[in-house]
Amino acid sequence: MLREITLGQYYQAESRLHRLDPRVKLAGTLIFIISLFISQKVACYAVATVFLICMIRLSKVPFGYMIKGMKAIAFIMLLTVAFNLFLTSGEKLVSFWVFTITKEGLKLAIFTAVRLAYLILGSTLMTLTTTPNDLTDGMEKGLGFLRLFRLPVHEIAMMMSIALRFIPILMEETDKIIKAQQARGADFESGGIIKRSKALVPILVPLFVSAFRRANDLAMAMEARCYHGGEGRTKMKPLIYKAWDIRAYIILACYLSLVILTAVISPI
Amino acid sequence: MSIILDHVNYIYSKGTSDEVKALDDVSFEIPDGDFLGLIGHTGSGKSTLVQHLDGLLKASSGSIYFNGEDIYDRDYDMKALRGKVGLVFQYPEHQLFEEDVFKDVCFGPKNLGLSQKDTELAAYRALKDVKLPDELFYVSPFELSGGQKRRVALAGVLAMKPEVLVLDEPTAGLDPEGRNEILGLIKELHDKQGITIVLVSHSMDDVAEYADHIVVMDKGKVFMNGTPKEIFSHASKLETIGLSAPGVTYIMRRLKRAGFDVDTTAITVKEAADSIIRAVNHA
Repeated sequence: MLREITLGQYYQAESRLHRLDPRVKLAGTLIFIISLFISQKVACYAVATVFLICMIRLSKVPFGYMIKGMKAIAFIMLLTVAFNLFLTSGEKLVSFWVFTITKEGLKLAIFTAVRLAYLILGSTLMTLTTTPNDLTDGMEKGLGFLRLFRLPVHEIAMMMSIALRFIPILMEETDKIIKAQQARGADFESGGIIKRSKALVPILVPLFVSAFRRANDLAMAMEARCYHGGEGRTKMKPLIYKAWDIRAYIILACYLSLVILTAVISPI
Repeated sequence: MSIILDHVNYIYSKGTSDEVKALDDVSFEIPDGDFLGLIGHTGSGKSTLVQHLDGLLKASSGSIYFNGEDIYDRDYDMKALRGKVGLVFQYPEHQLFEEDVFKDVCFGPKNLGLSQKDTELAAYRALKDVKLPDELFYVSPFELSGGQKRRVALAGVLAMKPEVLVLDEPTAGLDPEGRNEILGLIKELHDKQGITIVLVSHSMDDVAEYADHIVVMDKGKVFMNGTPKEIFSHASKLETIGLSAPGVTYIMRRLKRAGFDVDTTAITVKEAADSIIRAVNHA
């Protein structure tokens, strides 16, 4: 059942987007997010929609697969929409019981929903097309300048990549433990909140034990291979920009200028 | 009374790029009182198959009948099934969580709704069955040795008094002594208490020694199904999927070729030894 959570998990495919340098994708995601906040005009969102659709098509990740991953956060989205819908003051549209829907509220709710959905789609697109290792490599190199401020960039990147690497492992482990306890008659689905949280103990204790065991093994294996931090460490596959990466930067720049231009000249 | 698998199919991650057909039209029967050895390579679908036996995974298509009842019927009692079919996972000691051994073993029977008294009695019997020394009953399960932990985990399933005990590679990661202990225990449960055993293994020697019936899996399909003698007489067929007959069978063949009148169908060390002694005495 945990296999169903696809939010942000790497999706194996052969596409132009998969092959891009992770730094480009990081920058692209950042630019996309910024573009969503530039303006609240419909035209800007239209540009963003076209761009997002093109990128999704380019990534060769099935759209249904991305949507399935979004189910997990549907609740948060609904909550945000509800807050915007009911708590914005302005011209009254409909009103029942204690709730009032205003014209401004409706507009804001729609914009927030679209913005949130695009934010999530945009960032999952990055993680869907980039392996965790590439991602942290990209961050390490892209944020390398922070070393000047005595920030341990390599260590942070290493911690992140280990954490990301452990997510699927621990997920699988959790799945196994849940099944093992179910085989012993454990019941996680019925009862009140107290009974249900108590039912988590037989999962959490073995999970923590195994996480510590794995962490210990990993530390041991790293030391056995003489890992000593980032100093003087070279990469087997150093990140080097290729022709397509440059072209991608140009496309991103064009996109951002287009959004800004639209924000300035479009009436709505 | 038996378990019948009828054209069972199972597909992992359906509809994504890593879709895998883990079980492909699997049909066979596990009769009551059987000692079934389920063999195959890593990824052949053995572990997926055994998770179907107590309903942890639901077949994409096909049916499974336990004692004549379809376990996928809407009003079938899954919890009762899990009590009757005890599943011991690979590395079962990873599921231990209670503060002491005894409490951990009580977890299963308690979940089945047994009274406090019956639960404790069942746990006590199970711990006795796996021959855990009494002084270890109230220590933390995390303080035990690897072999002891595995026996406690096995007791945790046995305490539910299953009719069928399914073990997924119960000897993985144990030293030879621990391995013999566990297999000996399983054999005893089968012989003395009449529990049906399904033993998943990739050790041909273990399966040849203990099983009455073997199912060979390959790429999610049932590749062969028969008695150990039948299966291992087709060693060359097994070799095509990267498996082999037990080591002693090969020794017997070489002895035969060297001119000794030995029985080449011997699959256990004892059979082989008897046959060699007879051949030597005869000569």
